[in-house]
Amino acid sequence: MLSIKDLAVSFRTRRGTVDAVKGISLEVASGETLGIVGESGSGKSVTSYALMRILDAGGTIKAGEVTYGGVDLRRASEREMGDIRGREISMIFQNPRAALNPIRKVGHQIADVLRRHSRATAGDAKAKVVEAMEAVMIRDAEARYHAYPFELSGGMCQRIVCAIALACDPRLLIADEPTTGLDITTQKAVMDLVTSLIRARNMSAIVITHDLGLAAQYCDRIAVMKDGQIVETGRSVDVFTAPTHDYTRRLVDATPREGASIRSLLPAEARTPEPPHKRSTRPLLEVRDLVKTFAGKSGPVHAVKGVSFTVNEGQTVGLVGESGCGKSTTSSMIVRLLDPTSGEIRFAGEDLAKIPLQKFARDPRRAQIQMVFQDATDSLNPRHTARASIEEPLKRLTNGNGAARRARVEELAELTGLPGHLLDRFPHQLSGGQKARVGIARAIAVNPRLLILDEPTAALDVSIQAVVLNLLADLRARLGMSYLFVSHDLHVVRLLCDHVVVMRGGEIVEQGAAADVMGAPSHDYTRSLLEAAPNPPSRKTAA
Amino acid sequence: MSIAETHRRQSTLDHIVYVLRDNPVTLVAFAMFAVLILAAVFGPSLVPYDPLASDATKALQPPSAAHWFGTDNLGRDVFSRVVVATRLDLLISVAAVALSFLVGSALGAAAGYWGGWLDAGLSRILDTIMAFPLFVLAMGIVAALGNTIENIIYATAIINLPFYARLVRAEVNIRRESGFVLAAKISGNSNLRVLALHIFPNALPPMMVQVSLNLGWAILNAAGLSFIGLGVRPPTAEWGIMVAEGANFIVSGEWWLALFPGAALMLAVFTFNLLGDGLRDIVDPRRRT
Repeated sequence: MLSIKDLAVSFRTRRGTVDAVKGISLEVASGETLGIVGESGSGKSVTSYALMRILDAGGTIKAGEVTYGGVDLRRASEREMGDIRGREISMIFQNPRAALNPIRKVGHQIADVLRRHSRATAGDAKAKVVEAMEAVMIRDAEARYHAYPFELSGGMCQRIVCAIALACDPRLLIADEPTTGLDITTQKAVMDLVTSLIRARNMSAIVITHDLGLAAQYCDRIAVMKDGQIVETGRSVDVFTAPTHDYTRRLVDATPREGASIRSLLPAEARTPEPPHKRSTRPLLEVRDLVKTFAGKSGPVHAVKGVSFTVNEGQTVGLVGESGCGKSTTSSMIVRLLDPTSGEIRFAGEDLAKIPLQKFARDPRRAQIQMVFQDATDSLNPRHTARASIEEPLKRLTNGNGAARRARVEELAELTGLPGHLLDRFPHQLSGGQKARVGIARAIAVNPRLLILDEPTAALDVSIQAVVLNLLADLRARLGMSYLFVSHDLHVVRLLCDHVVVMRGGEIVEQGAAADVMGAPSHDYTRSLLEAAPNPPSRKTAA
Repeated sequence: MSIAETHRRQSTLDHIVYVLRDNPVTLVAFAMFAVLILAAVFGPSLVPYDPLASDATKALQPPSAAHWFGTDNLGRDVFSRVVVATRLDLLISVAAVALSFLVGSALGAAAGYWGGWLDAGLSRILDTIMAFPLFVLAMGIVAALGNTIENIIYATAIINLPFYARLVRAEVNIRRESGFVLAAKISGNSNLRVLALHIFPNALPPMMVQVSLNLGWAILNAAGLSFIGLGVRPPTAEWGIMVAEGANFIVSGEWWLALFPGAALMLAVFTFNLLGDGLRDIVDPRRRT
């Protein structure tokens, strides 16, 4: 149905041309779902943009053929492409909020597509839109027709984007990271919906994702891309259970899954035995009845409704939940970026909640609680070099002179595996994994006793995530820190945590030893979280 | 100096060279800016005639080899006067822009960071300033305070203040909750330090565009005030007055009196307008790839 032959795409940049896609060949049969899997920069999105002919300025298709149902997409006129896009081939974009026009009602946005391809007239557009919305399981579609994107949840927005993509019954659907940024239960709902629609309408689909587990679960075939080339294609089960290419094997290993240990995520040659970390039963942090209520426009918003848990010295506690469950608010209060409405934050026996935020910057205990942020890019000052960022807490919280600080920064770089020559680079000159290391080095610079990790690997590729998780495991063994690990990914939490706290709607629904909570969840919500996580077929250990 | 610092200095220089080479318009703008600076610094010692010396026998001569831009009604050399005036015009605009940059940045940053009543109060005051026709406001200030160069500077600074304050307020506001600000707080920085050392420098690139545009406006404003008789007084050489005085002679055919100072004014404004993008690229480390 779709055939790509030797496609090569290059971009003109300030530093000469960059080959993003270097001659790839793909076939998508009618009714087939193909997964294109790769890490960031592998050229997987560019491939889809190229075949839709929506490359950015500066990007050109250098060579190759793209044929869809006998039409040469490379030579089709812009007008023909306009007819093909949406009606024959349509696309679901990565960020549903960015893909929707924020100031138009979602119903109108769906109607636009229908009318562009003459599937509806002004008279019957609304009825057809409601039909399209119902097809993607939007309840109460009549009322939602008049909603603006900001009034809908992320999952709902993605359903609208699906409705737009599917409105004109395309034959081929391209989904570019359709569930990145969505909660795990929403991800499951959206993916189940999309695949059932694809099957029901006998469409073909290309699912582009960085998540091998997701691709393995939902696609018939998988193509693994790396550096603009396809390294392996095959049936999903085969690719996952018996990868033939080294890179695929590394990718499969790095995907967190049931039964994996933290070291097994790394490539085989890097698997050293995991150092044990000392745990005592002495509590370091005791959170008691912590409450945070924000003043909202329509009455108070109860973000955290009285949570209590304990982090012992040397222990790693996972705080798990979906977006909006209050886990980030809780961690902000503990790290003292936010004053709690009520409750106690007892750190080493003393209640920190009593110290106002303004004064805490100068408190000696400031150095003892540090944090690694979710988005390494956002958490580094774009005008500061890596060195300056790591040095910042040393300057403010320790008394060492310039030379001592410099030595310490270099020591930290080594500790976190950051090559020394990168220290003088600015954040935009570093890769995601390097930025994560800078963030970790900064957080441990002043020897904190408690490190709060707010989804430290959420923005990273799986192979980098594997390395960073292992780095965190090594550091806690070496430095004896306690971690409070905030995450939505149960598989990741399982790897690192001793104790798990599951939050929902500002309350703790379940907590206990990691093995117990994961192995035998007592609460329905925990169970649904565990079920929603993509569960790829396990690999034969013989390899 | 350590190796790292040398390296950094080197890369800053490289970056400036890169920006200039990358964009010919920026290169032209910087070249023109250099000419203006040279004229301002060395102009008075380079010009062929005393800009204030009148010579009735040579009044109103058209441009010639001896007097490139001709002479005015008092026989003064227009070229010398145009060149000498550069210093005063640049001084007024740079001082005014520096003043509004400093005060506007401080006010805007405080409003954007702390918000609340401070923001509300300040924003209304700035709105009030902007509600006036700005040139009329400047006229009023100079007329009320007295006809001196300092007062022209203050007036120009006040009418430009809201632009800086608003820009900084918006830039600070979008960054006050960003990750690197939270990280700076956790690193033990007080609010003031977070604002001054972490957030404000990130507002510099758009500020640079504003600064260079404003330098152009400030020159026009100062010249405009002189043109209508407020501000700099004759016989001081200043582009605005020269255009004003020369305007009387255009009807009788002595076009060079007004044309050359006007052209200098236009060139200066043009230079500053072109300068903006280049300056922004230079102060933005993200452009260094």
